[in-house]
Amino acid sequence: MRHRIWLVLAVASAALSLPAAAQNTPGVTDTEIKIGQTMPYTGPVTAFSTLGKGEIGYFKMLNDQGGVNGRKVNLISLDDGYAPPRTVEQTRKLVEQEGVAFLFSSIGTATNTAVERYLNANKIPQLFLASGASKFGNYKEFPWTIGGIQATFRAEARIYARYILKEKPNAKIAILYQNDDYGRDYVAGLKDVLGDKYADTVKEATYEFTDATIDSQVVSLQSTGADALLLVATPKFAAQGIRKVYDIGWKPMFFLSNVAIWISTVIEPAGVEKAVGIMSSVYVKDPADPGWDNDPDMQQWKAWITKYMPEVDPRDQNYVNSYNSGMALVQVLKQAGNDLSRENIMRQATNINDLQLPMMLPGIKMNTSPTDYFPIENMQMMRWNGKQWVRFGDLLSGSL
Amino acid sequence: MEAFLHQFLSGLANGGIYASIGLALVMIYQATHHINFAQGEQGMFSAYIALILIQAGVPYWAAFLLALTFGFVSGVAIERIIIRPFEQAPVLSVVVVFLGLLFIINSLAGWLFTYNVQAFPSPFPAGLGGRYLSAHEIGMVGVTLLMLLVIYLFFRFTPLGLAMRAAAQNPDASRLVGIRVGWMLALGWGLAGAVGAIAAIMAAPIVYIEPNMMGGILLYGFAAALLGGINNPWGAAAGGLIVGVIENLAGAYVVGTELKLSVALVIIIVVLVTRPAGLFGYTTMTRV
Repeated sequence: MRHRIWLVLAVASAALSLPAAAQNTPGVTDTEIKIGQTMPYTGPVTAFSTLGKGEIGYFKMLNDQGGVNGRKVNLISLDDGYAPPRTVEQTRKLVEQEGVAFLFSSIGTATNTAVERYLNANKIPQLFLASGASKFGNYKEFPWTIGGIQATFRAEARIYARYILKEKPNAKIAILYQNDDYGRDYVAGLKDVLGDKYADTVKEATYEFTDATIDSQVVSLQSTGADALLLVATPKFAAQGIRKVYDIGWKPMFFLSNVAIWISTVIEPAGVEKAVGIMSSVYVKDPADPGWDNDPDMQQWKAWITKYMPEVDPRDQNYVNSYNSGMALVQVLKQAGNDLSRENIMRQATNINDLQLPMMLPGIKMNTSPTDYFPIENMQMMRWNGKQWVRFGDLLSGSL
Repeated sequence: MEAFLHQFLSGLANGGIYASIGLALVMIYQATHHINFAQGEQGMFSAYIALILIQAGVPYWAAFLLALTFGFVSGVAIERIIIRPFEQAPVLSVVVVFLGLLFIINSLAGWLFTYNVQAFPSPFPAGLGGRYLSAHEIGMVGVTLLMLLVIYLFFRFTPLGLAMRAAAQNPDASRLVGIRVGWMLALGWGLAGAVGAIAAIMAAPIVYIEPNMMGGILLYGFAAALLGGINNPWGAAAGGLIVGVIENLAGAYVVGTELKLSVALVIIIVVLVTRPAGLFGYTTMTRV
């Protein structure tokens, strides 16, 4: 019995991994490219699924304009509720029943980890997955998996660490982070820069997603005498942290993970005046920033969102991210031309040179190579002035 | 020493949240001998009702009372319409119904009110707070204690309270003396719904309001109720405060933040092994 199962598996994977020419890549016809993704349309992080909605809207515009090389992009976006077992189920459904050419921009760290082995074993590209975790750049072990159109958490932490070393070389640093892959990436980033000094200068505290508040951790960190703070938290906890730091009269050099820079769901609930002086970083153009009003790319973006997604809240930055990732995919498909085999798609995705996406900050360019699976590595710092985020300083590289 | 005091007090503040949701659990347990997993979500939904009323210009305390009424009425309705058909069902079926309710109310709230984190107003003037506790945290502990007193007086001194206790403990005998047991159960659900609404409205200014706001808190509420004694309101309240303080002090000084939840749970297991009825609960004896 056991042998028969293995036999079936072997035959199935052999069938899936047959070298495919353009015409017989699953999901590719002369008029259509069918691709798939998973999104949390239900469950605790439903808010993230605006990325998928934005991408569907982007391809709607693309297809109205004729698609790429005469082929329309058909994105099948399925709900996984952010639960890894369901990601596996839905991804297999996309591959084995829907017959998609590849996976594109599925969201989440744990969810993408759950299907990474399956997709790599079957040589199916896992393109531009939406996670900032630095683990998704491991081209040696997972050559079919490439990270998203965003700077990694680890790169972001390195930028903050370098800023601290420059502006306040003797700072005692406190880091308060969510106890999972997301939070630990920032610890790794600090260690990359601080090296041997890490143990002496950094005090850590963690919180769990189930905690009611993080007040206790903030109090503990303050009493260590730290004068710089890096808060690595999802929106609700970030708002709590900003409020508590202010309420207890602690005034550290304060850095906020750019996962939590939202004005409506973090800064306003915490109190706009309590966040004054907080620093974070950014790599995309913010539609709420009037400085971009005359920017032609921004005007095009606004025209797109008004025409294709009139019902959404355009302040949600995921609509900027989805526009960027949609365009990155179009670049890959253009480069691939008529050879749409999975091998060639992956080859093109890892050979993008100095691509300036229209909604990225000017100068932040997308670069990939067979040994560089991190598309975006530069950022600019910004500071909350009580009304809006104000960018300052040069573009900074987050690579080592 | 200052940091210690600070940890202790912010533990008390968290404990106040756990205590109030623990109280709601005790209410339902008193009336029905069930643990309601959807308790937190019912409270969250009532808090959203309050928020919408406040945003529409209704004064805070009027909105508070209306949300309370909503909590009460929806509690009664859930008991009458959804729970009643499962009266004779095995415990496991009832648990599944409760879990189903949890998901339904949660998704409904997300659909109606979005999953975005929002601020929630506090009725207590901000100026009263000190460095260690905000005005709202002090007020919340006060409201919890007040609620406890009202519940105690209700069960101890009113005929209705007596009838409810009787209906829960011995339905058959209660029916024989003319108590309408079915309505007593529904009333228990209604009161628990109201208490849960207060808990959520008091917690929301601290943890912010969003459909999943009560998820973690409900866990601690269970812990509070079990630690203090699931059949004793005073016990649940004390249990909540104890869990809050232990969690903070252990996290800050003993095991580190990664294990602070584990410490709270280990203590609860130890208590339950040595005193199965909880610290302040009474042991129920059944003749077999």
